[in-house]
Amino acid sequence: MFELLGIPPQVLMGQLLLGLINGSFYAVLSLGLAVIFGLLNIINFAHGALYMAGAFVAWMLLNYLGIGYWPALILAPLIVGAFGIVLERTMLSRLYHLDHLYGLLLTFGLALIIQGLFRNYYGISGLPYQIPNLLSGGQNLGFMFLPNYRAWVVVASVLVCFGTWFMIEKTRLGAYLRAATENPVLVGAFGVNVPLMIMLTYGFGVALAGFAGVLAAPIYSVNPTMGEQLIIVVFAVVVIGGMGSIMGAILTGYMLGIVEGLTRVFYPEGSAVVIFVIMAIVLMIKPEGLFGRPA
Amino acid sequence: MTDASEVLLKVSDLQGWYGESHVLHGVDFEVRQGEVVTLLGRNGAGKTSTLLAIMGILGKRTGSVTFKDTETIGMQPRAIARLGIALCPEERGIFSSLSVEENLMLPPRIADGGLTVERIYDLFPNLKERRTSSQGTKLSGGEQQMLAIARILRTGSKMLLLDEPTEGLAPVIVQQIGHTIAALKNEGFTIVLVEQNFRFAASVADRHYVVDQGRVVDMIPNDQLEENTQKLHDYLGV
Repeated sequence: MFELLGIPPQVLMGQLLLGLINGSFYAVLSLGLAVIFGLLNIINFAHGALYMAGAFVAWMLLNYLGIGYWPALILAPLIVGAFGIVLERTMLSRLYHLDHLYGLLLTFGLALIIQGLFRNYYGISGLPYQIPNLLSGGQNLGFMFLPNYRAWVVVASVLVCFGTWFMIEKTRLGAYLRAATENPVLVGAFGVNVPLMIMLTYGFGVALAGFAGVLAAPIYSVNPTMGEQLIIVVFAVVVIGGMGSIMGAILTGYMLGIVEGLTRVFYPEGSAVVIFVIMAIVLMIKPEGLFGRPA
Repeated sequence: MTDASEVLLKVSDLQGWYGESHVLHGVDFEVRQGEVVTLLGRNGAGKTSTLLAIMGILGKRTGSVTFKDTETIGMQPRAIARLGIALCPEERGIFSSLSVEENLMLPPRIADGGLTVERIYDLFPNLKERRTSSQGTKLSGGEQQMLAIARILRTGSKMLLLDEPTEGLAPVIVQQIGHTIAALKNEGFTIVLVEQNFRFAASVADRHYVVDQGRVVDMIPNDQLEENTQKLHDYLGV
């Protein structure tokens, strides 16, 4: 195989794959944030904690109830989504008439509490979660070794992102959601139960975070801090993509994962900050984000 | 319109607030089945607020609004809509993230007997041509107004609240909207129309309520307009 700028292709492809996997998590998480922000006008700071909770629920299902990865991939998002609905009904719904800042503060507080509880019970050293048998091993592609599970993460995230995009942009239910994002009062005056939609949307958005958490469990160890590390980057992704654009959130997620991976190859020292540098540049040139509509 | 027909909407001592400001001070009027009634008045008299209060989307309201003998004053807007009242708001409320067709199909059906999509395209041929247009807000002002009326005709609601449907539109389009209102009346719709355009109101309505400072101050049947012209000019300040 050829070498590019003195970089062996194994290294390049390896980092590209790693970038694509990180991008998969950025995409699913920023998608959830964008859906929630669109309808609720709340910047859901608890998103990282709920992603972590998704991974923990999968771990608990396995270790306490003997329920394996595949059922957990469905059950854990449902459990996290149901927990989100309880949060929405009991707390968030009281804040809609206030400035976004209050929603941000509340969800930030919730994130700290949820993380603190898990840290208290499970420590911070991380718990192992096995790759499901079906997806252990990998493929030798000639120029690199592709672990099956990592390929699955990319495929699963693409499917979920595409499914969500399709539901929002192409279905009648999605038309309600888009309309209520623009003018909830008028949609309510047509006879639609907007509070129910808001509740289910928050539940769905955080279920996406829970789903990402289950996907992450076999790759990263299940750890109470896994969400807080990721969520800061995901917020930068959302700022770059522009709040309120579904496709924007998805594409920016994958794109920035790949950019980060490439930076790790060509300028490793910059890989931790490259996304924030891009965020700063985007904010200067196009403050509404790459895919955002001007306010 | 005969007095014998049934009172569909009855508004009594309706008071309303936008935040802290008290905008309706006891509105009283009634609309019978199949009538077209206008609310006339100066800017800021409380006409739009009255429609919003009937729909339950003004900040706060007290008094009584009964529709088909059901008291709605304590109801949520969505429950009021489901009784069969539909609003076409002054700002039209076309959704920019929805296509023309999605805008048209958005309001859910609340009862049988709404117009079919074919009948709607009959009434509004322009909308048929533009139905695949990607964004509802790319339509012209007149087309947006027609879309805002058209979408509530599908729902099965037979009581329409139209807030200044002719505002800012060219005379030929105003005329078309006039024909549409006449056609809807023939199909059995009951309509409350807020208007500034007095001549337009006179061409379509059965009765006119004059609104001033958050109250209904007079009622003039359309066939007695001529003898009341001077009085009306005084009310409207023209």
